[in-house]
Amino acid sequence: MASFSLGGALRGMFARRTIDDETWTDLEDALIGADFGPDVTDQIVEELRGKVARFRTTDPKDLQRMLRETIEERLARLDPTLTLSARPAVVLVVGVNGVGKTTTIGKFAKFLTNYGRTVVVGAADTFRAAAVEQLATWAERAGAQVVRPQQAGQDPASVAFQTVEKAQRDGIEIVLIDTAGRLQTKSGLMDELGKVRRVVEKLEPVAEVLLVLDATTGQNGLNQAEAFVQHAGVTGLVLTKLDGSAKGGFVLAVQEKTGIPIKLIGQGEGIGDLTGFSPSAFAQQLVG
Amino acid sequence: MATFGSLSDRLTATFRNLRTKGKLSPADVDGTVREIRRALLDADVALEVVKDFTGRVRERALSDEVSKALNPAQQVVQIVNEELIGILGGQQRRLEFAKKPPTVIMLAGLQGAGKTTLAGKLAKWLKKEGHTPMLIAADLQRPNAVTQLQVVGEQAGVPVWAPEPGNGVGNPVKVAKDGVKEAERSQHDTVIVDTAGRLGIDAELMKQASDIRKAVDPDEVLFVIDAMIGQDAVQTARAFQEGVEFTGVVLSKLDGDARGGAALSVASVTGRPIMFASTGEGLDDFEPFYPDRMASRILDLGDILTLIEQAQSAFDEDEARRTAEKFATDSFTLDDFLQQMQQLKNMGSIKGMLGMLPGARGMREQLENFDEREITRTEAIIRSMTKAERTNTKLLNGSRRLRIAKGSGMTVTDVNALVTRFEQAAKMMKTVAKGGVPQVPGMGPIPGASYAGKRKQQAAKKSKSGNPAKRAAENAALAAGGKAPGASASGGSGFGLGGTKTPAGGAPSEEELAALQKMLGRR
Repeated sequence: MASFSLGGALRGMFARRTIDDETWTDLEDALIGADFGPDVTDQIVEELRGKVARFRTTDPKDLQRMLRETIEERLARLDPTLTLSARPAVVLVVGVNGVGKTTTIGKFAKFLTNYGRTVVVGAADTFRAAAVEQLATWAERAGAQVVRPQQAGQDPASVAFQTVEKAQRDGIEIVLIDTAGRLQTKSGLMDELGKVRRVVEKLEPVAEVLLVLDATTGQNGLNQAEAFVQHAGVTGLVLTKLDGSAKGGFVLAVQEKTGIPIKLIGQGEGIGDLTGFSPSAFAQQLVG
Repeated sequence: MATFGSLSDRLTATFRNLRTKGKLSPADVDGTVREIRRALLDADVALEVVKDFTGRVRERALSDEVSKALNPAQQVVQIVNEELIGILGGQQRRLEFAKKPPTVIMLAGLQGAGKTTLAGKLAKWLKKEGHTPMLIAADLQRPNAVTQLQVVGEQAGVPVWAPEPGNGVGNPVKVAKDGVKEAERSQHDTVIVDTAGRLGIDAELMKQASDIRKAVDPDEVLFVIDAMIGQDAVQTARAFQEGVEFTGVVLSKLDGDARGGAALSVASVTGRPIMFASTGEGLDDFEPFYPDRMASRILDLGDILTLIEQAQSAFDEDEARRTAEKFATDSFTLDDFLQQMQQLKNMGSIKGMLGMLPGARGMREQLENFDEREITRTEAIIRSMTKAERTNTKLLNGSRRLRIAKGSGMTVTDVNALVTRFEQAAKMMKTVAKGGVPQVPGMGPIPGASYAGKRKQQAAKKSKSGNPAKRAAENAALAAGGKAPGASASGGSGFGLGGTKTPAGGAPSEEELAALQKMLGRR
C-alpha cells in the first residue's frame, strides 16, 4: 500500500546522525525525484532550512517530522470532500489519454454502490475504440447501470444528456459520465468538454467535475490541470496509478496553483483500489 | 503543437542573455548551466541525467574550445545541442527484420502508455512499407483491450489474432505463441504482439511479460513510454529493461505540450534508441524518431528535416511538373489551384507542420486559432463555379459571384477575396515564368529555375491577407531564413517541388520553407 513512499530515497538521509550539507542535497534530490518540480522543491527546502535553524535541531528525525508536517499542511489547505448531495448528483470525469478515467469510473461506481447508492454510468467516450465496452465491463462489476451511445461516434454530449435523463426518470442517485481522453493542447476537443457540460446543465447542475491525473506524469500535470480547469470547470482531482514507483509529487503544485483539491486516489487495478484522499495519510505514506 | 515548448523557451531565454555578451566568464557559464538545469528539470528530464548533462556542459564551456571562440554564445548552443543529441540516444536506428519471417515485434509498457493504439499505427505503417503485418491480442488484462485491438486492426486493415476474449480470461503466453505460429502458417511477414500494461514493480506481471518474450523470441521489443512521464521514467525503464530487455523505445503522446524530457533520458539511461514517435490519435500520426532533429527542436531550431520529408511524400512530382508547365504557358486555372490545395491537405495537419518550423514557438497562440477549415471553404467556393468560370476568372461578374457565394455558403466578399488572391498569384507567376523575380518578402534567390514559378505562385497566393495566422507564418518565415542554416546541415532539396530535378547540392532551402509557410498561412 505504501508503495509510493519516498522511503528509499530518504532512508539514508534520516539514518545519518546529524543534518549536514549532504542531507540537504539528498532531500532536494528526493523531492525532485518524486516529481515535486524545481519550484516547489526549492520552497520546501527553504522552509525546512528556516525551521531547522529556528529550532536549532541537528536530528534528522526532526527534519523528517517537519517534512511530513510541511507536506501535510500544504496538502490540507483545501477540503477534499466530494459534494454529491444533489439527486441525481452528476459527476463528469475528464483527463488526458491513458490516465485511467474509465478504470477510475469503474472503481468509483463500486465505491458508491458499496455505500448503497444507485449509480448509472454514461459512456460518453465515443471516440476510442472499445471504450464503451471497457466501461460496460466495469459497470457490470460495480453493479451499476450503463447508458451506451446508440450508434458509433455519437456526440458525447448527447450520451451524457441521455444518461442524466435516465437517472432523473428512474430515480438513480449518482450519474458518472466517462469522457474521451484528450490532450490539453487540442482546443477543439477541449471545447467539446465545455459543450458536454453545458448540455448536461440543461437538465441538472453538475455536482463534480473530476480531473484524473496519472501519478507517473511529470511537470506537465500542471499544464493539464490548468487547461482542464479553464475548459471544464474542474472541481476535484483524482490521482491514479499510485501503486507504481511514481510519487505524483506534482499534485502539490497543481493543488496550490489551481486551488482545486485532490479528492480521490487510485492505487491498483482491483475494483476496490480507490480511496478518498486524506492529506495526513498521504504525507505519512510519502515521507514515512 | 509545440512539443518541448517550455524547455525550448527556457533555453532560448537563457541563450538570449548569453548572446549579448562578447566573451564568456566562468560566472556566465555557471548562470547558464543553472538555467539549463532548471529548464531540464521542468521538462522532466531525470535528475541523474540532468546532473550528468550540466556537468559536461560546464566542463566543455569552460575549456579552451569556447574561450577562444569568436562567438561564445554560439559555442554554448553548439555544446548543448551536441550533448542533447547524446542524451537523445545518438544515432537513429531502423527496425530490424528477421532473416526468416515472420519478424516478431513485441510491445510493452505501463498502463495507459498507448500500446494498443501504437500497435495499430505500427501495423498500418508496416503495411504502407509493403509488409503484411498481423496483430496479436495478448493483453487479456484490461477490460476489452482485445476488442479495442480488433477495432484498431480493422481500421488499419490488418488481421488480428484474438483467440481469447480477454477481461482476465486466457493465457497471454499461449496466445502470443499460437499467434506467431498462425502468422507463420498464413505467411504474414511481421507480427505485432500487444501485451497488457504493467507496472515496473509488479514482479508477477513482469515475469509474465518475460515469459511472453521467451515464448515468441521477438526480433524487436519496443518499450512504449508516455512523453509526459515524470521522474519515474528512469526507474520504470530500468525495470522493463531487466524484465523484457527491450531493444527500442517508442515515445507516445508527443503531440501534447512541452516536456518529453524524462522519456528522452530513458534512452541515455538504458542505452536503447528511441525509434518511433507517436504524435496524435489518428492511425497515421506516427513517425520514425530522429534524435538529432529533436535536439534541434529543443533548441528551437525547428524540425526542418521532418517537415521537408512530409512535404515530399505528399507532393506528387508529376503534378508539380505539370503545374510548372502551366505557369510557363499561362494556363494556370482555378482548377489547378484547387488540385494543389488538395495535395496540401494530404500533407496532414497544417498546425502540426507549422509547429515544426523554427521560430514557431512564439506563434503557438496563433497556431491554435488558425482554422484549417479555411481550406475547405476555399474548396467550396471553387467547386461552386462552372468549368468556364474556373478556367477564366474574367467571366465572374456580380451575379455570377453572388450565385457562387450562395452555392458555397460563403459571402460575396469571400469570393472576391479568393479571386483577387488567385489573380495576383497568376500575375506573379507569369513574371516568374518569364524569368523575372517577383517581390516577395522573406525569400532569397531561387535555385532550380524551372520550379521557381510554382514556389512563387504559392507564396503569392498568401501574401495579401491581414489574417493573423498568416502574418505569423510570414514572421516565422523570416525567422526560418535567419536561423535555419545551422539546423539543417544535411539539407535535402526541400519541400518536394523540385524533388528529383533540382540538384540537391546542399541548398537547404530556406526560401522554400518560407514559401511553404506562406502557403500554409493563407489558403
